[in-house]
Amino acid sequence: MLRFTLRRILQVAPTVVVVALLIFVIFSVVPGTFAVSLFADGKRAADPQLIARLNEEFGLNKPLMERFVTYVTDLARFDLGTSFRTRQPVVDLISDRMGASLQLSVAAMVFAIVVGVPLGFLAALRPGSILDTTTMIGAISGLSLPDFWFGLLLMYLFALQLNWLPSFGYGDGSLRNLILPAVTLGVAPLALLARTTRAGVLDVLNADFIRTAHSKGMSEAKVVRWHVSRNALVLIVTTVGLQFGSLIGQAVVIEKLFAWPGIGSLLVDSVAIRDIPVVQGTILVIVLWFLIINTAVDLVYAAIDPRIKQE
Amino acid sequence: MLKRLTLAAMLSLGVATGALAAGERHGGTLVFTAPYGSSFATLDVQASPNTQEEFIAQAIHRALYSWDSIQNKPVLELARSEDVSEDGTVHTYHLRDNAIFHNGKPLTADDIIYSYRRIANPKNAFPGASYIAVIKGADDFIAGKAKEISGLKKIDDHTLEITFVGPINPGFSLMQNTTVIYPSDVKDESSFAKTPVGLGAFVFKEHVPGSQVVVEKFDRYYEEGKPYLDRINITLMGEDAARDIAFRNKEIDVSILGPTQYQAYQGEDALKDYLLEVAEVYTRTIGFNPSFEPFKDKRVRQAINYAINTPLIVERLVKNKAYPASGWLPLSSPAFDKDKAPYAFDPDKAKALLAEAGYADGFEFEVTASPNESWGVPIVEAILPMLKKVGITVKPKPVESSALGDAVTSGNFSAYIWSIPSGPDPLNALRCFLSTTPQSACNYSSYANPEFDTLFRAAEQERDPTRQSDLLRQANNIVQDDAPVWFFNYNKAVMAYQPWIHGLVPNATELAVQPYDEIWIDETAPDARR
Repeated sequence: MLRFTLRRILQVAPTVVVVALLIFVIFSVVPGTFAVSLFADGKRAADPQLIARLNEEFGLNKPLMERFVTYVTDLARFDLGTSFRTRQPVVDLISDRMGASLQLSVAAMVFAIVVGVPLGFLAALRPGSILDTTTMIGAISGLSLPDFWFGLLLMYLFALQLNWLPSFGYGDGSLRNLILPAVTLGVAPLALLARTTRAGVLDVLNADFIRTAHSKGMSEAKVVRWHVSRNALVLIVTTVGLQFGSLIGQAVVIEKLFAWPGIGSLLVDSVAIRDIPVVQGTILVIVLWFLIINTAVDLVYAAIDPRIKQE
Repeated sequence: MLKRLTLAAMLSLGVATGALAAGERHGGTLVFTAPYGSSFATLDVQASPNTQEEFIAQAIHRALYSWDSIQNKPVLELARSEDVSEDGTVHTYHLRDNAIFHNGKPLTADDIIYSYRRIANPKNAFPGASYIAVIKGADDFIAGKAKEISGLKKIDDHTLEITFVGPINPGFSLMQNTTVIYPSDVKDESSFAKTPVGLGAFVFKEHVPGSQVVVEKFDRYYEEGKPYLDRINITLMGEDAARDIAFRNKEIDVSILGPTQYQAYQGEDALKDYLLEVAEVYTRTIGFNPSFEPFKDKRVRQAINYAINTPLIVERLVKNKAYPASGWLPLSSPAFDKDKAPYAFDPDKAKALLAEAGYADGFEFEVTASPNESWGVPIVEAILPMLKKVGITVKPKPVESSALGDAVTSGNFSAYIWSIPSGPDPLNALRCFLSTTPQSACNYSSYANPEFDTLFRAAEQERDPTRQSDLLRQANNIVQDDAPVWFFNYNKAVMAYQPWIHGLVPNATELAVQPYDEIWIDETAPDARR
């Protein structure tokens, strides 16, 4: 198990390196610089002297290769650089926002698991029933709803019409502020989980070993608990892992909409004003998060199903 | 038409001043929105040129001058009076003796000298350095050639002498949020970015990155009886649609409206009486690059102005959330010429001018544009059929906002559409058309006209405000006649506010930035706000 764990962790490193290089190359060729973006909103006339001073200060006048070497060297020392915009270390900016992002992602995933998995399970146990049909229609709707529109709909309903919840903001970090953004973010993974669980459970239910268990006289409840659940779990864990890993990245729109102070909104702002160190750092953290979750999922697989470890 | 527009601007002024006339009430919490993004870059406002940080600056800090939205001009803020030398270059400021920083330090001339040195320090590369450059010797200091700014001289603790590079009105430069005054006794300058200390009516309380800044009433503020509010939550809300719901749900007290919301709010009885409007100091234009052969000819540029039905676009597409432009200087400018008519919509005249210029068969050009709904690709798409009728083919070149800035400041365009500041200082706004102003600064259309230069230089030396405005008005009319741009519109900024909010003013420099110490909340506010 230890070798398996180490091997999976080591596989993360080259992915991070490739992503880091890609980010550097992409943001080196896109037009626009931080200094020029200060004037892009049309609120003030361009100041060539300031542009020159800022380009000089941030080393943007240096040759691409020299900047690349600096970037890689800093990265090797786990130094994500200093924000052009705030002049604070990128690590500080990300850590200021990471808590809110994790809070939102975890809440959205919990919502998706708690609702989606049981629904998918029940739908599979009664295929063709009203519950099954309703769940699947709901799942398809959930997958096809644009996040932005669904969020506005929830705001309109629960804040403006019913006045139960605040429509935006972090407030004091309480559950009331978290509910609407978490439900909005969680609805797509919920739908996917419900569909995946249903498919996984149906697949297991039709397997030979289930028929064998039934023929041995095992009760329906025991069959579901001992055989179906455990075998369907691999597919569910895979889906949960993939969805959870990508939620922080997907939260960008939701964070903007609900004025939620996560790293998604930090990323959007930073791209718009070409605060490259923050863009690079934030994307790296999002990618790293995805890789960590997936590695964790692989390890969980191995624990659930020893055949995976042997493969 | 223009008389009607001016009347509209004056009426909006009336809305605000009417609000000020009622009996002020102390106490309460104002939930104000900062709509330009989803974060504050820094709390060190000297370091940031963004509008977003102006919300913080307005609450916590004070500069030597401030903008008076009612008088529509900069006024002394931290000085009770000033003496000006005969040649207009030396100003002696008699500073307030009751202004105290939030850390308890009284304001002295040393704080102003310290702040201006910090802003101009070449190592900092702060955006406000260009404003400090109006002080004699600042250019050398910024360039690292001098150790002091020679134009700054402390007479005593409460008397400061500043020598300027010319007989300018320094208020326009020294009222900016990037030129606010910090205390000179703070040892660790990096603390300004986390725990700002200022002279303003509100003390910094809390910053939740990406969410809000909370400030509370400063009991030792120098304006007696102010501020009225106990607390302000300056909340980040960049999304128009979300802001709309939050405003209707009474979670926020003010909201800046876009064209679609403006139209919707005007149609609702509960909302239409609580809109504050002002002609802001931004002019939206399509700028022409004279290195593109057809644009070298003034008749071609004029033809484009005649060929486009500007009022129709303002009405249908911008939902009347703008005033059609009649020239460069906006309605709120002291040098605005209310008698100068805008280019009329006259396709026949446009065709005749094109034929005279040798382009009877038309030509094709590209307009670099951002996605902005009021001055971007949608506007370019609207002019396509109009210009097609006179034989000109236009192709929009969509780019992202930052890339637009890059293209325009580097001259890499045939034409571009943008919103450009045209005030509040008319002298500074028209400087962009001076032949010596580099293209990369703000002379984006590489404009050069000796007649304009002569008038501008005369205005620059003129100390009588009326005569100066008259010279600038003439210069502005020359620009209009030369048509280096298509004059599209002046922004009409619109702010919706809750009925319990009073003291908002029609700030033409940026409506979203309000003098918080003037705002008060009446007893009809929800319990949580009172």
